[in-house]
Amino acid sequence: MEKQTVQITQSTSGDSRLRALIKTLSKQKMLMLMSLPFLLWVIIFKYIPLWGWTIAFQKFRLARDLFDQTWIGLENFRFLFSEPQFYLVLRNTLVMSGINLVLGFGTAIVLALLLNELRRMYFKRTVQTISYLPHFISWVVAANIVQTALAPEGIVNVMLMRMSLIEQPILWLGIGEYFWGILGVTEVWKNVGWNTIIYLAAITSIDPAQYEAAEMDGASRLQRMWHITLPGMKPVIVLLLIMNLGHILESGFEAQYLLGNGMNVEYSENLDIFVLKYGMQMNNFGLATAAGMFKTVVSFMFLIAANNLAKRMGESRLY
Amino acid sequence: MARANTFRTSSLGDKIFDVCNVIFMILLVCVTLYPFLNMFALSFNDANDTIRGDIYIWPREWTLRNFEYVFSESNIFHATFISAARTIIGTAVSVFCTAMLAYTISRPEYALKKFVSITFIFTMYFSGGLIPNYLLIKELGMLNSFWVYIIPGIIGVFNMIVIRSFIEGLPEGIMESAKMDGAGDFVTFTRIVLPLTVPALATVSLFVAVFQWNSWFDVFLYNSSRQNLSTLQYELMKVLSTSNTTTSSADAFADAQSSAQMVTPTSVRATMTIVASVPIIMVYPFLQKYFVKGMVVGGVKG
Repeated sequence: MEKQTVQITQSTSGDSRLRALIKTLSKQKMLMLMSLPFLLWVIIFKYIPLWGWTIAFQKFRLARDLFDQTWIGLENFRFLFSEPQFYLVLRNTLVMSGINLVLGFGTAIVLALLLNELRRMYFKRTVQTISYLPHFISWVVAANIVQTALAPEGIVNVMLMRMSLIEQPILWLGIGEYFWGILGVTEVWKNVGWNTIIYLAAITSIDPAQYEAAEMDGASRLQRMWHITLPGMKPVIVLLLIMNLGHILESGFEAQYLLGNGMNVEYSENLDIFVLKYGMQMNNFGLATAAGMFKTVVSFMFLIAANNLAKRMGESRLY
Repeated sequence: MARANTFRTSSLGDKIFDVCNVIFMILLVCVTLYPFLNMFALSFNDANDTIRGDIYIWPREWTLRNFEYVFSESNIFHATFISAARTIIGTAVSVFCTAMLAYTISRPEYALKKFVSITFIFTMYFSGGLIPNYLLIKELGMLNSFWVYIIPGIIGVFNMIVIRSFIEGLPEGIMESAKMDGAGDFVTFTRIVLPLTVPALATVSLFVAVFQWNSWFDVFLYNSSRQNLSTLQYELMKVLSTSNTTTSSADAFADAQSSAQMVTPTSVRATMTIVASVPIIMVYPFLQKYFVKGMVVGGVKG
């Protein structure tokens, strides 16, 4: 009955459409009651902060009322783009998320391929379960683990000294140049197992007949992985790449904040920490919001560009 | 799976590959587990003995003193309580609300289905960012309150998609027959849909519970001036940053030093790490088959 009303309304004019919509909705009071409170919630907690972007165009003073601020046009952006510190954190952000993207994808794809080749199911299951573990622990715990492992008397220095690769313990987190590498390895350690989930699911949907045919033709193990398994994962890989390109300016926040210190700040500070520093510590809300807005807008542009690229290449895409 | 067993060929190359693969996997497992075993060993080892070094995966001189110390610190004990409270309340509220919303947008006849879905999904790509969010929480008077842990996170859009996809996969006839019997939408949701959605709810509960238990940034941002609202992760983070800058002010540290060298910063950190991660380690393996499915559904449709 309701479906009919909807169909009729589509063929008639706007006015009667509205009336039909109201009529339909009056029959769906309960559904509305169950969803509209959350619509209100999303407007307050997600859309009103978007309106907060106006702060980027104001000289924002906390003491004053929200509606009683001075508008200064693009002044915050002009200051932001002339600030050398901004380019430093932008470089750090891009490099770190680039490293995460390449290392993250590469290791997860290889691990998924190798897990798929394990023959004993209980062994495979056990390795998978253990590999998910670091994903579930907090970054605070992970940072603690990294600091302990990299301490002067920590396992990394001990092992390297036992193998006589180094003579003195290295203060890993005290040397800025090492930070990107440490972060990349930590991210892989934390998430590689988790990231295989979706690839392994893609692999199970590959037609087994393909493998049998390849085997008949005398394809080796590696050839089968390269010519059948990997192409079978391709649509998922492309889809995830697009989604991740949208996050190119989000290199993460917690890891950098927790592992960063005065000695590696030139390499560890990223856009999010920049926003936190200027906003919460120096109370320069306008500049911090401008930087945050820059981040979201550029991310979205990356997302659209990647999606279009995938469309042109004839791959599956986000929308 | 069944497929791997159908390969009967086992040339020499194949065998070498298998052996290397298994060795690689064992190495991976070692690298993943070592830090946890190390923390375990440090937390159960006598603090003064630990200073001598060489504690790797097994305690040398067993003691429970580290744990006694950590839980006798009223700050840490209370923080653990707050962590548990926000995990339980936050998960219950969020999962129920997210499921309810997911149910409404899974109903094909709901006239606002599309509008509501799009309004939520849009927020996955745009967010106001740190400063506007902070100002909002401040304006709402939610600074220094427990509810700032619960209310801003009620609905997770990804979780909503996971549950919606699951409900859409249920046989339509079940909900139709409930309607025939005169059940309204709310009754259909609580009596029929919720019990049938348990696998999806288990997945989402795990995600939300882990998020709640692991959170420290909202404590830092909104409630850092209220010690009685601090969480375990935030206490651990404070210990971490104190040892970072080596200022031995305030905190668990000075205390730790003064209590006659019974415990040391290293031992306190390790013990807190174990307390902070054991609840998760105990739970997630049992939910594995659920969250794997949930990730695939959410990952593809999201």
